[in-house]
This record gives sequence, structure tokens and C-alpha cells, in this order.
Amino acid sequence: MIDLIHLYRAQFKTTIAEQFQYRGALVIWLTGLILEPVIFLSVWAAVARSQGGAVDGFTANDFAAYFLLTLIVDHAGFTWIMWEMEYWIRQGNLSPLLVRPVHPIHRHIANNLTFKLLTMVVVIPVVIVLGFVFRPSFTITPATALAFVPAVVLAMALRFAVEWTLASVAFWVTRVNALNQLYYVVFLFLAGMAAPLALLPEPVRILAEWLPFYRMLGFPVEVLLGRLTPQQVAVGFAAQIAWLTVALVLLNVTWARGIRKYSAVGA
Amino acid sequence: MAESPVTPPRARATREAATDTAIRVRGLRKTYDVPERESGLRASARSLLRRQTKEVVAVSGISFDVAPGEVVGFLGPNGAGKTTTLKMLSGLLYPSAGEATVLGHIPWDREKAYLRQMTLVMGQRNQLVWDIPVADSYELNRAIYRIPEIEYQQTLTELIDLLDLETLLTKPVRNLSLGERMKCELAGALLHRPSVLFLDEPTLGLDVTAQRRIRTFIAEYAARHNATVLLTSHYMADVEALAERVLVIHQGALLFDGALGALVARFSPHKTLTIDLEYPVLDLDRFGEVVAIDDCHAILRVPKTQAAAITARLLAELPIVDLSVTDPPVDEVIDTVFSSGASGADPDQLSEIETALEPISV
Repeated sequence: MIDLIHLYRAQFKTTIAEQFQYRGALVIWLTGLILEPVIFLSVWAAVARSQGGAVDGFTANDFAAYFLLTLIVDHAGFTWIMWEMEYWIRQGNLSPLLVRPVHPIHRHIANNLTFKLLTMVVVIPVVIVLGFVFRPSFTITPATALAFVPAVVLAMALRFAVEWTLASVAFWVTRVNALNQLYYVVFLFLAGMAAPLALLPEPVRILAEWLPFYRMLGFPVEVLLGRLTPQQVAVGFAAQIAWLTVALVLLNVTWARGIRKYSAVGA
Repeated sequence: MAESPVTPPRARATREAATDTAIRVRGLRKTYDVPERESGLRASARSLLRRQTKEVVAVSGISFDVAPGEVVGFLGPNGAGKTTTLKMLSGLLYPSAGEATVLGHIPWDREKAYLRQMTLVMGQRNQLVWDIPVADSYELNRAIYRIPEIEYQQTLTELIDLLDLETLLTKPVRNLSLGERMKCELAGALLHRPSVLFLDEPTLGLDVTAQRRIRTFIAEYAARHNATVLLTSHYMADVEALAERVLVIHQGALLFDGALGALVARFSPHKTLTIDLEYPVLDLDRFGEVVAIDDCHAILRVPKTQAAAITARLLAELPIVDLSVTDPPVDEVIDTVFSSGASGADPDQLSEIETALEPISV
């Protein structure tokens, strides 16, 4: 365990040093990340105003609260492994990682967390500034704040495990971009990225509640905003833990098989 | 990701050193299924339905042993199976058949205890993180291999000294020249003091000075740490300088396993006679093939079996000032062996050669 902490600390330093080499790219990356929820927010706020102030009970200020929090949770949870894994496998860059006495996943977790810590320094002030523009209305109670912490941590873990598993498909499929696109579209609607789940048609909403995507983004946001009943929060945590378990099992199986294939055909 | 308790690397290495084999390979074989289809639209459509594959043998059942501390050169043309063998021994590839143990471990199980004691250097972008100074990459390796601080400082100092790295450590990797990068790669690969080194073309693309530097270093490291080294190279100079023993692999099969000198004796049917004459002689070709002639200096190639007789005749019939009988250069010999078979134009010829070479017991 101490060795792992040591490893993560070394990896943190490396990633920070690396990221500072690419300040320009970092700014562009962040701009895209911030722009997306802001666009959804602007559209929904406009719709709310044109419908006399609210859509299904969501006012423009409610939308502001929802999408600005979505921005933060999405930023905390997103990964780039689905793009990176293909490169690792195709270019043979995975090989040197495999002959080291550490699982490559640690490197990616550490990279991911470091990047988040680094960029949160920019994201939080941006959200505060956007708050002055869009005037979100929300009340955070100690109870919702307390529930939000595990909800967002589980959401991050779940998203990481799911996306790492999907990324492993690159062991079998040469072009994974199509899959990535499909995943993105599904995520956009079923995670609560494009709209709060309450605004979706009933069957889609039910589907979204059963699938894991909503648990990676919309759920923690709604926990913090206090939009859920205690029972819904409890069900949500159970769903997060159940999906995380499934995802971790799948991750281990696909990774082991993928590596086996990689090692069979010519690493 | 549970960390299982493992035998400390050094304790294990010492235990292994007590036995007399560091690497043991028996009947190791690797075949690849390579997709195969004719060109053209129709063939493309057919291959959609049923993929045709062809089995390609990369390594066809080789066996050998390497003792701890031994430096062995692995020779063979491109595609001979050198890299595939190294990849199997370092644990990257599963073999199709056969077995191997390195330091008592089965490599492709990739046990952490094994990975901590070996290193694989393949190409030039393994150890170092492209965008950050070399020293920072080394720090990361220290954490990955859990190298204790004192040992790390010792090793680093030693490597800096041996490879002359002092000025390079603070530079980002992308600003290094090819030779500098290779030196830094090697040092990074050795920070954890591995007792087995698999080096695939460690001097590829380097100038002569850098090549020599790397060679001296590898020899020095192996001697200091009693490390076992298996190295492939295209440059005969590498192998001549480093390895007393060579393995010659061709089309996946082991053709020769022995001392470098014995390789020449075995494979070269010729001897080289270098003579200095008192005055130019014109009809030297009656003694043998004239490789070069320059006034009073000439080089002849003669069949090995007749070398003694021809030497006697030369001395008796010509105004010889000086004469020497030598084996042809090793790379020339190797070249003859491989080019006669590697061109692959005439399979009969190849099998003839292979019969002539009497592949050593496999």
C-alpha cells in the first residue's frame, strides 16, 4: 500500500510536469469541456423563458444550477482511455508497460486524477463566473452535501471502470472510433448530460434509471441539488455499487483476455 | 491489484545464481496466424465471409541454456525469430509450444517477482517519458520498481559515471539526440539492477562512437553485477566485442550455438591469405581467388582444406616477403550463411545449406 502511494505520488509529479508542457492544448481542451454544458444550459434557459418561465417545473435558474453542477461532475468523471487505449495497442506502446511490475491501470488512474486536480483550479472559478451570468438557484443542505461526496466518488469510479472496459474492445477491433461515438451519444442522453432525466419521455427515463450512465453523472448532481427523495438516493447508491461491481468484474475479464490475445498475436 | 508478498529480488537472484542456468529454453515455438487474401474486389468480398489465414512459423522449436553472468549474442537476419524469442523470454508473448524458465520463473506468467529482476530494451521509447526531464522519468521508475533510496542513489551514480549522463539528466527527452536518448533509455532500464537483460538492437541507428560507448557499458554492467545478457544486433562489432558465445538463428531454427571463433571455423569454407611480395607477380590466380591486389600486396581466398598446401606452394614458388593466414571477417561469414538461405529463392539450395550446416541438436 505504501508502495502504491509512493507510485501515485511519483506519477502525479510526472503528469504535472507533462501537462505544463502543453499549456496551449490544455486551454483548448478545457474550453471544449466548459462550452458543452453551457450550450445546453443556454438552450434550455431560452426554452424555459419562451414557455413562460419553466419547463416541467424547471426554471431558467434551475437549469443553471443543474448544468453548472453537471459541468463539475462531468469534469471530475471523464476519461480519455477509450481514445488512448487504441493508440497503446496499435503502436505497441503497451508492451513496455506490460513488462513492468505494476498494472498499467495505476498509471492511468494517477494521470487522470492529476489532470483533474490541475484543471479544477480553472474549472471552479469558471463555474463561479458563469454563476454570475446564469444565476443558478439552489439550496445545499448538510445532508445533501454529505451524500454528494460518496455519490460523486462512486460516479467517477463507475465511469472509469466502464470506459476502461469499453476501451479494451480495441484488443479485438481495429477501429474503435465508431464505438466511442455510439457510447458518447448514449451517454449524452441517458446520463443526463443533454437534459435532466425528468424531462425525458417516460420510457427513456425508466431505461436511464436502470442503466449505469445516469449513475455516472446525473445522479450525483441531483443528489446535491436535493431533487431526490431519501429513498431515491438510497436506490441510487445501491445501483452505483451494483454497477461498479459488474463493471470491475468485466474490466478484469476483458483485460485479462485482451492481454492474452495481445500476447498471442505479437505484442 | 492485491500486492502479494514476494521474495525480495536480490535474495531470489542469489538463490538462482546458485544453480547454473539463468535461462533455460526447451522446444520453444511460436507461430502466427497471418491473414491472407488475394488482391481484388472479389477476394475482399470473400474474405469478409471467411478469413483466410496462413500459419507463419516465427520460431520453430529452439532449445538452449544460458548460465548466470553469461553474455550471449543472438544473430540472424531480419525475420529470423530473434525478437520473437526475446519477447517470449521477457514475458510479452505466449509461446505456441515449448517451455522456458528465466531465473526459475515462467516468463509469460509475468510474475512481479520476475519482472523486477529483468529488463527488456526494445526500440528507443520504453523507459522515458517524452516531455519531461530524464531525471524525472528515473524517479518514476524508482517508484515502479520500488527501489530503496540508498540503492537508487548508488545505482544512479554508477550509471551516470559509466554512461556520462551528468549533463543529460535535466534535459527533456525530446531534446536529446538519438545516441543520448539510447544511453538514457539503457540507464533507465537498469536502475532496478536487473540480473537478466534482453537487449534488442541496443545500438541501432547510432554512430560508431556511441555504439562503442554502449558496448563498453553493457560489458561493464554485466561484469559488475554478474548479469546475464541476451542481445541481438545487426552489427557484428557488437557481438564480437560483447559475446563470447553466439546463437545463430535462421528462419526460426537454431543453426549454431557456440563460441564466435568456432562459428567461423564451422561455416567458412575459406581461409584468407595475405601476402607481400618482393616484386609484383601477375599470375597469382593460379593459387586461388584473388580478392585484392595492389602492386606487391595481395589478398587471396583459398579453400580451407587446401590452405596449408597452397601456403607451402606460395612460399616455394614466389618471392614472399610476408605471409599471413587468417579466417575471413565474422560478418562476411555470417553474410554468406544468411544470404545463401535468406534470399529464399531456392528452397533446395537452402535445405542443402542447412544439411551442410548440420543444425546442432535441438
